[in-house]
Amino acid sequence: MQSTGEHLLRELAPQVLGAVVRRFGDFSAAEDAVQEALTAAAMQWRDAGVPDNPRAWLIHVAGRRMSDHLRAELARRRRETALVMEAPPDEQVVPALDARTEDPAEQDDTLILLFMCCHSALTRSSAIALTLRAVGGLTTGEIANAFLVPEATMAQRISRAKQSIKKAGLRFRMPTDSERAERLGAVLHVLYLVFNEGYASSAGPSLQRTDLSSEAMRLARAVHNLLPKDGEAAGLLALMLLTDARRTARTGPDGELIPLDEQDRSLWDRAAIAEGVALITETLSRGSIGAYQLQAAIAAVHGEAERAADTDWPQILALYGLLKHMSDNPMVALNHAIAAAMVHGPAAGLELLKSLDADTRLADNHRLDAVRAHLFEMAGDRDTAMAHYRAAANRTSSIPERDYLIMKAARLGAKPR
Amino acid sequence: MKFILMMHAPRGTGDYAIFNWPPEDLKAHSNFMKRLNEDLRSAGELVSVEGLTPPGQARLVRAGKGDAPEITDGPFAEAKEFLAGFWIVDVESAERAYAIAGRASTAPGPGGTPLNMSIEVREVMFSGSP
Repeated sequence: MQSTGEHLLRELAPQVLGAVVRRFGDFSAAEDAVQEALTAAAMQWRDAGVPDNPRAWLIHVAGRRMSDHLRAELARRRRETALVMEAPPDEQVVPALDARTEDPAEQDDTLILLFMCCHSALTRSSAIALTLRAVGGLTTGEIANAFLVPEATMAQRISRAKQSIKKAGLRFRMPTDSERAERLGAVLHVLYLVFNEGYASSAGPSLQRTDLSSEAMRLARAVHNLLPKDGEAAGLLALMLLTDARRTARTGPDGELIPLDEQDRSLWDRAAIAEGVALITETLSRGSIGAYQLQAAIAAVHGEAERAADTDWPQILALYGLLKHMSDNPMVALNHAIAAAMVHGPAAGLELLKSLDADTRLADNHRLDAVRAHLFEMAGDRDTAMAHYRAAANRTSSIPERDYLIMKAARLGAKPR
Repeated sequence: MKFILMMHAPRGTGDYAIFNWPPEDLKAHSNFMKRLNEDLRSAGELVSVEGLTPPGQARLVRAGKGDAPEITDGPFAEAKEFLAGFWIVDVESAERAYAIAGRASTAPGPGGTPLNMSIEVREVMFSGSP
C-alpha cells in the first residue's frame, strides 16, 4: 500500500466506523466490519487504484459485512429459538448506507469514538489498544508489534475492551455537558500515554518508538481541530510537538540517551517548535490554564533557548511551581527541584528532594536517585553522586537509561581528582 | 509493563514431586493452572506461558576447548529449588503482576492444600520480536 493510501485509510477509519455504528448500533461488530473493510481496501486499492469516493466505498463494504454478520446472527438465533422472524428479509437487513460527507454529526463521530474508547470503564491498556484500532485505524498486528506482545494477546485485549464497553452500557453519543470535562480528560490522558510509550518506551532496547508517537500526535491534532477552543487539547498537542521536535537530538548513533543540556540543538525541528510555541502562546492568552498547557509552556521555554546556557530557568521554576500546585505528581516535584537547583544552586534542589523520600510512589523509581546524583554532581560531591547514579541504574527498566546512568558514574570515577 | 513470573519447585530426586501425587490432586492442580492461564489470556495479559521438563533432564552447556561445546548432566546438587515454569505477562502495574503471582502461588497440592510456592517476579528490561 502506498503511504498516501494508507494515510487516507487511517484518516477515514473513524468516520467510516461512526457511520456504521450509527446505522447498525452494535459497536463491537461494526468495529470488526470496518477493520475488514480497511484490509480489503488496502489490497484492492493497491491493484485497482483509490476509488472516486473512498469513504463511501469503505462504508459500503463495511455495511455489507455488517449485513452478513446480522444475517448469520439472525440465522443462529432462529436455529436456537426456532422462532420465525415475521419481518420480510429486506427489513431484517439494513439497506445500503447513505454516504453523506457534510453532516456535522458525522464530523463529531471521531470524537464520540474517542470518548467511548477512552472511557474510564476500560483499563488504560485496553483503552490504548482500542483507540489505536478503532480511531487510529491500525491493525491488531501493528498495535501488537508496537507494544512488543503477540498478536493474540493484543486481540484479546481489544476484545476485552469491547466487552467492557458493552457491560458498561456505553452508548454511541456525545457526552453531556456535565460529563464532558472528565471524559475529555480521559481521552487526552490516553493519547498522552500513547505518545509517551512511543517517546520514552518504558521497557525495551530502543528509546523511541516513533510510530506510536506520531500516531498519538495525529490523534491529538484531530482532537484539537475538533475542539479548537479547548485549552488542554491545544496544550497536549503543543506539548507533543515541542517534545517530539527534540527527537533526533535525544539519542546518539548507538541509541544512547543524550540529556537536554548536551543535545545538539541544531538538530531540533525548528518548524515543530515554532508551531508548538505559537499554539501554546495563543492558548495561554485565553486563560483557564491546565496541566498540559503548563508542561507545554515549559517545553516551549526550553525550545526557545538557542544554547542550554540561555535557558530561562527562573521562568521554568515559576511554571513548575504552578504545576506543582495543580498536580500531586511526584515527577513534577522532581522537576521542580531541578529547576530550583538551576536557579538557586544544588543545595536548594537537594533540600526540596528530601520531602520525596517518604513518597511510596517513587519507592521503586530510578528518577529520585538520578536527580539526586545530578544535583550532588553539580555540588561537586563526586562520590555521593556516583553512588546515586549506580543506585538509579539498578532501578530503571530502560536499557538506554541504564547505560546512560552507568556511564555517568563511570565518567565521574575516571576523572582525575 | 512486562514481567516474568518464575515458579520454583523443590528439586526432589530430579523428578517433580507432582508425578507422585494422587490423580485427583494432579487434576485439581492442572485445572487450577488452566483456569489461571485462561483468565490471563482472555484479559489480554498473557504473553506466554511455558512449563519446563524436570531438573533430571537439565544439561549444563559451556564452550569446550575444541569446536564442540561441553555438555554435562545435572545434578546441581547444591540447588534446593528449580525453575519449573514461567509466565510472561504484560500488565498495567507491578501490583497486578504481584497479584497474579500471588494467585499462582496458591495452586493446590496434595490433598488440595495450597502449595504456597515462591514465585519470583522480575520486570522485563528488553524484548525482541521474533
